[in-house]
This record gives sequence, structure tokens and C-alpha cells, in this order.
Amino acid sequence: MEQFDFVILMLDAMLRVSVPLVLAAMAGLFSERSGIVDIGLEGKMLGAAFAAAAVGALTGSVWLGLLAGILASVALAMLHGYACITHNGNQVVSGVAINIMVAGLTVVLGIALFSRGGQTPQLPAEARFTALTWPGAEAVADVPILGALYSELLSGHNLLVYVAFLAVPATWWVVYRTRFGLRLRAVGESPEAVDTAGISVAGMRYRALILTGILCGVAGAYLSTAQSAFFVREMSAGKGFIALAALIFGKWRPVPVMLACLLFGFLEAASARLQGAFDVDNASGFVREVLTGLPFLIDVLPFILVVLLLAGFVGTAVAPKASGIPYVKER
Amino acid sequence: MSEGGASVSERPEAATAASGRAGLPPAIELRGINKSFGPVRANRDVSLVIQKGSIHGIVGENGAGKSTLMSILYGFYQADSGEVFVDGRKANIVSPDDAIAAGIGMVHQHFMLVDPFTVLENVVLGAEGGALLAEGKAKARSELQRLEHEYSLEVDIDAVVGDLSVGLRQRIEILKALYRGAETLILDEPTGVLTPQEADHLFRILASLKEQGKTIVLITHKLREIMAITDNVTVMRGGEVAANVATKDTDTEQLAELMVGRKVLLRVEKTPAQPTETVLTVTGLNVVDGAGVRRVKDVGFTVRAGEIVGIAGVAGNGQSELLEALAGIRQPASGHIRVRDQDISAEHAVDARGMRELGLGHVPEDRHRMGLVMPFAANESSILGYHYDPAYNGRIIMERQKIIDLCAAQMKAYDVRPDNPLLTSANFSGGNQQKIVVAREMERNPDLLLVGQPTRGVDIGAIEFIHRRLIEMRDAGKAVLLVSVELDEIMSLADRILVMFDGAIVGEVAQSEANEQVLGLMMAGVSPDAADEVA
Repeated sequence: MEQFDFVILMLDAMLRVSVPLVLAAMAGLFSERSGIVDIGLEGKMLGAAFAAAAVGALTGSVWLGLLAGILASVALAMLHGYACITHNGNQVVSGVAINIMVAGLTVVLGIALFSRGGQTPQLPAEARFTALTWPGAEAVADVPILGALYSELLSGHNLLVYVAFLAVPATWWVVYRTRFGLRLRAVGESPEAVDTAGISVAGMRYRALILTGILCGVAGAYLSTAQSAFFVREMSAGKGFIALAALIFGKWRPVPVMLACLLFGFLEAASARLQGAFDVDNASGFVREVLTGLPFLIDVLPFILVVLLLAGFVGTAVAPKASGIPYVKER
Repeated sequence: MSEGGASVSERPEAATAASGRAGLPPAIELRGINKSFGPVRANRDVSLVIQKGSIHGIVGENGAGKSTLMSILYGFYQADSGEVFVDGRKANIVSPDDAIAAGIGMVHQHFMLVDPFTVLENVVLGAEGGALLAEGKAKARSELQRLEHEYSLEVDIDAVVGDLSVGLRQRIEILKALYRGAETLILDEPTGVLTPQEADHLFRILASLKEQGKTIVLITHKLREIMAITDNVTVMRGGEVAANVATKDTDTEQLAELMVGRKVLLRVEKTPAQPTETVLTVTGLNVVDGAGVRRVKDVGFTVRAGEIVGIAGVAGNGQSELLEALAGIRQPASGHIRVRDQDISAEHAVDARGMRELGLGHVPEDRHRMGLVMPFAANESSILGYHYDPAYNGRIIMERQKIIDLCAAQMKAYDVRPDNPLLTSANFSGGNQQKIVVAREMERNPDLLLVGQPTRGVDIGAIEFIHRRLIEMRDAGKAVLLVSVELDEIMSLADRILVMFDGAIVGEVAQSEANEQVLGLMMAGVSPDAADEVA
């Protein structure tokens, strides 16, 4: 039973950790399927986390906080679009620039607003997304296995967790079942075909980036107003890049991308669990080094996996063909 | 120029003859179209009339303004001035959307298809008929089946486009236009990537479309096609309309003259080859590309001094990789290349410089990518691959003036215009760029000359010139290997013709026995004996 509890605990942690990854990866999916490489997921998430926490702290409203996070992220996405779509800029450079800019700007604004070294004050409960308990969760909590699954794994999460995992089927439906999705997939593969079909390439890409902004905004708000109760500098901590890795690992398809996020989330949860879990004091020399290093090794595993994938060791990852290339009508 | 201009004014009756069929307004009428790109005037005061239910050809050399004109008609570009009339009504076409709404469809030279999509998805893209796909797709499926049946355009609706042949992809483009209700169909160089048989099939489809009352505009540089299927033809030269004539009143010689502005010799004159010793022997050659695909399969042949061997085939059947292997750019995976007494194989690879030192010259297929460095001055481009020549290398620095003088001499000998060695390579026209490359390779007096697509995107004047030079090389006792997708070029220049299909050589035909049917079938992979029987 103890082992079962441990499994439940791990899965529960995996879900929580995966939420921002899933949201950001779905965000990136819209952007990259439209042909815009989005290195800036990290920056958008960070900007949204700050905006949500700052507005939450100032107004005391979780909803205004979420809205502010989304607006901040969409604004950054539009900035990326303006550079890359309107002016055919280099998408990687623009994304990196946004990441660096946001990393600095959030701290500066944080100090200006709250004078706490870039941190926001602790958010009150009404400015946070708190756990929702599903009907009957407590009643069945003692039922072996099924009860625990229901009360621990399904129930007891905050709203944004459910939003994240509903975003996956929603993304799938939009991408594969709607006119917008067909055009989205087309514009990332062959923008000239979209152009000749009488559809605006720039229009499609901006629309895709708006969706990217919204989803990234939710991911950022989750970090500062659901997972924690404040903003702290660089709190996105590379999650945007892990989401990008998951996007590649899942080959730009919603469900595989979600599974990749869960895998990476599990690794992160495991790494956190393992830190300090070993009794390293009795070990010595090399073993000790390995045991202390192991959790950190697990942290970089997502990236190692992606490198192996891109090098062709684990299947192949074929990006949308036009991804990264500005669309310029040839003479 | 003035001669050609005169011939236009001499034949005003041709223009009026083209506006036949009493009563019906023309499908398309263009009046006074002007379009400039910076200082280049791509279209000058272009006016033409396209009759309803006719096949109208537009011919002209590269850069004559045909494609620009059609892009204006399709809403890709906006004209600086001028008017477009569709069915007698003035149309304001500012985007492809407007053109589609006006019943104009276009089949581009480079297909506008999304490879991972199915045929059905490609057809409905942009005309989905609702926010959700399912319903629109169902409707499109039955409509497509009707269209396929009506115009005998059979394609598997659920096939993924990336898996289909070029000929089939072209049909999808036609279906796309028809599905959008196109009454006028513009085809931009539609036969460039087709075998002659596929081209014939396309022409049958066009004829049946015409019978159903559709109007076809055919843009091409192949005069034979114009003569074969058009009713009227517009000749463009230097951005202007050089003539509008009824096809039955003209012939290829006259059209060529109108295109170029002076008399041209379409046929290459040459004596039978006098081949002597073998210069190049290829045996069991295999070449693998970067993706690990075997692109050249067990190829073997010889080229002797004093003959031109032509390699025909539809683009992408391994000719490029073969040429690159012979030039030392790509290493063979297995097999042998013997240049005179030097044996080259995977174990004894020789790079491009080494091959040149063995007496090989190489005019690469793509002058933009491999032949020239576009931002370099012409004199710099003119020593690419020969930059180590002591003739203009000092001990440390290159002697610039010697290079410039050398380039100037080559430009004079090959009639490059303008003959300015300091001008940037990119600023020469296609024909003159090609002459710079050809001069560079031929002036080194190689024993073996590899030539890839020597006249792609080159004007008729330069084609004549380059063809003559190739024959001169041959007559001077050099071995020439010519790779070209232009069947006419191969048939008129080569003494022996090898046909490549899917990386392998299908067979060899002597020039005297070569005809389009046999070569066309071989280009589709049919063995020479079988091809003879069918043809």
C-alpha cells in the first residue's frame, strides 16, 4: 500500500509539473505549425507569470491577474510577429531577444512596483487559483486504489490544471477538424500554396501567434498564481525550452506532444524527489559523486533525448517545412 | 529590335483576326498594362485579347514579361497602370482571391501544393465551405468525382500529394482551379517537368476543357507546343507585345524571329562525329545522396574524343548526381570512373580540383548555385576553380589586373554583354552569366567537358552561341558529355543519346535513330526495344 501511495504521489507531482509544459507546448504547436519558430515561449511565460502576479497583488483578483498574464503574453507574441512576419526578421533572433528582454524587464518592473528585489508580495488566497475538490472526493478517499485515484489524481487540482489537459483535445480538434486548422497546417508547410489559394499568409500567422500568446499566458499565470503564490525572478526556469523540446519530441502533434510533456514532467518530479533521497554520507568517492549528480542528470535528460531524436537515433523529427523561413513573395 | 518592331506594325490584321467570334465579349482583355520593378520595366503598355473558349498561347524568352503579366492577372502583383476586363466587364483584381472570384485559375510552374496533405485537402484549401472541415470535405468529394469524370482527370482523391508523380500533381492543380469555378485557366510553363507523353496527355485534357467552353492561356517558351494546340498566340519581347497572331497564320520560324527580334537558326548545323580514343569510361557507378538514397544505380558508359554524348531524362532521375560525381563534387559509393589512365573510385576519390587537373571542364547545371558567386565581380567569378593558376597568382597576393584582363578577353571572345569584368555577376542577364561560365570552362581547353543544362533560362541568341561552341569543341577533338532535360537540345547536339530513369541508364540511342516518342517512353522507364515497338 505504501508503494501504491508513492506511485500516486509521483503521478500527482508529475501532473502538476507538467501543466505549464503542456500549455506552453500547445502554444508552441500553434506557432510552429504556422511556420514561426518560437524560441520565445520561455519569455512569454515569464512575462505572463509576472503580469499575473503583479496585477493579482495590486487588485487582489485572480481573474484580473490571469487576464493580465494573457495580455502580456499576447503582446509579446505580437512583438515577435511584428519582427518576424511583417518585417521578415530572423525568428530565432527575435525569440532570443524576447527572452532576454523579459528576463530583465520583469525584475526592473518588479523592483519599481514592489521594491522587493524583483519579487512580488505573497498573493492572498483570492488572487490565487486554489485546489478544487470534486464532489465526493473525501467520501471515497479511503476506498482502496480507485478512491485514491479519484481523490488524489483527478480531484484536488486547481482550475488551470484541468484547462491544460483540456487544451490538448481542443488543440487536436482545432488543428485537424477545422478550416482554421487546415490553413494553419498548410501555411507552415507551403505558404505559397496558401497565398495562391487567396488566403493571407501574414493573417494566418498572426492568428496562430495570438493563440500561442493566450496559451503561454495561461502557462505563466499558472506558475505565479497557482503553483506558487508570488513571482520570483526567472521563475520559468527553462520550462519554455523543455516545452519546445517536448514539441519536437512529440513531432508537432498534440497528443504525442502531451505525452512527451508528461514524460519530461515525470523526470522533473523524479529528480526533485531524488535530490537528497540518497544517503550519500555513507557512500564515498565516486559513488557519492554519482548519487549527488544523478538528479541533475535527470534534469537534462529531456534535452539529451531531443538531441538523440534530432540526430536520428530515436525515429525522425520532421518540422513543418516552412518553419523558420519568412514568407517573401519572389519576383 | 527595329526589324521585329516593323513586323508588328505590318500585321495589324493579325490582331483583329484574333478578336474573332462575333458577339461574345472576350474572356480576358488587358489594356495598357505597365509594371516596373525598381528600374526594370517588366511590362510596357501590354494590351491583348483572349477569346472565350480558345487556347491562347503567350510566348517569349525568359524575362520577356510573360510571367509578370500573368501574375498581374492573377492578382499576385498590381499593375502600375492599365485595365483588366473579364467577360467584357472591368475587373479590379488586387489579390488571388479576386482573381478566383472572377473565374480565373492558375496552374503555376512550381506547383502550389501542400505535400503532406491529401488531394482532397489540397483542393479544398481556401474553399473549405465552412468553419468545420467534415461537411465541406464531403461536398468537395462528390464535386471532385464529377469533375474528374467530366474532364478525364483521374486522381486518387485520398492519396497524399507528396507520393504522387509530377504529372498527377499537375492534374490536381487543374482540379483545384476547376473546383473553384475557373472559366479561364492560366498554365505557366506546364510541360517543363513532363515527359513528352505526359505533355501529350496534358494537351488532350486542355483540348477537352476547351470543348467544354473553358478558356486556356498557355505560357511557354516551346514554340512546338504553341503550334500544336493554340488558336491564337501573343509574342512578348522585352516586356512588350511583339505580335498578336492567329496560330494558323504563322510558323515556328516566324515566332522565333518575333521573340528574338532577328532571324534565328533553330537547327544546329553539324557534320557527323569523328570519334577517336576513349577519354571517359564509367563502370558500375553508384552514387548515394546525403539522405542515404541511391541516386545513381550501376551506371556505365564511355565518352570518346570528338563526340558529344547526351544524357536525357526528366529532371530528378539521377543526372545531377551523376554529373556531380564525374566532376569530383560528390564521391562515388562504388564503381569506377576512368579519365584517360587515371582510375577514380570510392577508395581513390579525386576532388573537383583534382578532376580539373586531369583535364576536365565542368559547366554546372545551376549557374546561380554552383557556377558563379553572384555577389562577386565577373572577373572573380571567371576564375572560380582556377584561382590557383600561377598565371595570375603572385607569391602572396593575386594579380588583379591580370585576372581582369583575362576576363575581358573571355568576354570578348564569348560576346558577353556588357563586357565589363568589374560588374557584379548577378547583374548580368541569364544568357550572359552562362556565357561567363562556359567561357571559363572552355577556354582552359579541357580534354573532357561536362555540361549540365547549358541553356536553362538562357535567351535564344545565347543558346545558338553556346550550341555552336559545343560543336566546335567536339570538332576540335574534345570529348563532351551533355546533360539536359531539354529533349530538343539533346537531339540536335548529341551524337549518342543515353536516357536515365530512376538513377539507371535505360538505354542508348544513336542520334540518327532518336525521335521524341522513343526517347519519351525511355524517359518513363520503358526499355529501348519495347519503346521502339510502342512508338
